[in-house]
Amino acid sequence: MSCFRLENVSYRYDKALVLNGVDLRLEPGEILGLFGHNGAGKTTSIKLILGLMTPTQGRVSVLDGEAGNSHISQHIGYLPENVMFYPQLTGREILNHFARLKGAPLSQVPQLLEQVGLGDAMNARVKTYSKGMRQRLGLAQALLGKPKLLMLDEPTVGLDPVATADLYRLLRRLRNEGTGIVLCSHVLPGVEPYIDRAAILTDGAVKAVGDLASLRRQANMPVTLSIEPANGTSALEKAIAGASAGSGLIIKKDDGRLQVDVRPSEKMALIQSLLNSGEVQDLGIYQPTLEDVYVHFIGAGGLAHRGGGQ
Amino acid sequence: MNSIWTIARKELSDSLRNRWLIAIALVFAVLALGIAWFGAAASGQVGYASTPATIASLASLGIFLIPLIALLLAYDAIVGEEEGGTLLLLMTYPLSRGQLLFGKFLGHGLTLAFATLLGFGVAGIAIALLVEDVAVGALAAAMFRFIVSTILLGWGFIALAYMISVRVSEKPVAAGMALGIWFFFVLIFDLMLLGILVASEGKLSPELLPWLLMLNPTDIYRLLNIVAFGEGAQLSGVLSLGADLPIGANGLWFALVLWFVIPLAAAWALFRSRRI
Repeated sequence: MSCFRLENVSYRYDKALVLNGVDLRLEPGEILGLFGHNGAGKTTSIKLILGLMTPTQGRVSVLDGEAGNSHISQHIGYLPENVMFYPQLTGREILNHFARLKGAPLSQVPQLLEQVGLGDAMNARVKTYSKGMRQRLGLAQALLGKPKLLMLDEPTVGLDPVATADLYRLLRRLRNEGTGIVLCSHVLPGVEPYIDRAAILTDGAVKAVGDLASLRRQANMPVTLSIEPANGTSALEKAIAGASAGSGLIIKKDDGRLQVDVRPSEKMALIQSLLNSGEVQDLGIYQPTLEDVYVHFIGAGGLAHRGGGQ
Repeated sequence: MNSIWTIARKELSDSLRNRWLIAIALVFAVLALGIAWFGAAASGQVGYASTPATIASLASLGIFLIPLIALLLAYDAIVGEEEGGTLLLLMTYPLSRGQLLFGKFLGHGLTLAFATLLGFGVAGIAIALLVEDVAVGALAAAMFRFIVSTILLGWGFIALAYMISVRVSEKPVAAGMALGIWFFFVLIFDLMLLGILVASEGKLSPELLPWLLMLNPTDIYRLLNIVAFGEGAQLSGVLSLGADLPIGANGLWFALVLWFVIPLAAAWALFRSRRI
């Protein structure tokens, strides 16, 4: 059973093509990061999986059923961006209301509130909650009824670093218990250690998908070596030039270290010949981060890409 | 059915919490007792005039107040959820749009029904106890008819408010349009009808004209509460057209029921076709 499967899905809003031939799937016990600039189609993809809309073309299957079917949506947890909830009700009343609608046992409510750290505030009205507390209430809401598929849109907004770490620990535990989790976020360094796979969307299409190692391979971005010379910078420069693989860019740093960009395929050869030359005092290897890979795939278009609405 | 009740129950407890229900009941009770007590003031004395006159006055005031209260109660039903971000969330739950809308209607409808029953019921009992030699049987029948028709009228305007609420995306817009609906049915419609009547100089088919009253639930409501007293009832203004209507009280009741069923169905259809 897959948590969801999008097969060649396209979606047209009025005349604009919002999604174009998207193939994406999520298996149980996996955390998928969904990244992209504003208007790339993340929200649309999520809405299709939630059954809020039907695709113009292609097939969406969720938990081996049809998206939006009430037997299916009972097993999906969703944390939308920016929910205000009902300010006049207490956290506990709100969660009771949603538990009834979902058919989840009411005994779960205090446990979940305790779990997200709202145990002391559960009987206070939500209008007194801070943004982070509302976010945690939203998270408790998403966890009602022990979902098999969890979709989280910017879950860490408003959370302090400790609460954020708690959240990721919780997600990891749920994943290990077999929940499939989709994580949308712009805080890439934060999610990097926790996701199993990442999908990068641009302009309604999946630009790249895979685990970080395979994304790095697909991006073919240079690895950066930071080298401290053993016998002076010029000797080291000669050694690098002599290694023939040294087509990469060399930058001198103020602290006397040299920074060399090298293709992933040539990395080991260069390191080996440098070590043999005896010119290396210390060596640091910096792989491209998720953020580097993301920027690579989104392109340097930068702000121009970020113009679209949600 | 369970989901409908869950939604309804939240609306009911909201209106208890924010004291809407008790406030509406209080307004109704004060209004009814005031009219009962000062109803005969025009003829130079203070005291209970008569049951038909009291009900007629109540109905005349009711057409201003009840649509307004119903519209205020219901205009943000859906658009309010949308602004708070909960509409999107609710739609990801095992809950259809129809269930959400009918749950809201049940909650708002019961709120209005309880408030009406409480407010006018208490007033009716007070009149029966305090006024000497009032015919209790006739009073009870008239009050019962008045309360039921008031509830139906209120439901009609709740449903009309939903037609707006499912379609617009901002609360102030919904509020403005709700006021527009109130303005049209309560103030403009009768004026328009009178204007047509005068301008047509009798060329319009006299059989057709009375039916135009059926296009306004507040006119049906007034007819229902005044015509019921039979031959002696005084119908003034456009309502005098109603005397020519061949449908009788049952027809009027039916029309009033249609006036909440059709807008509710329309609101449902509009909601279903809307993009989230």
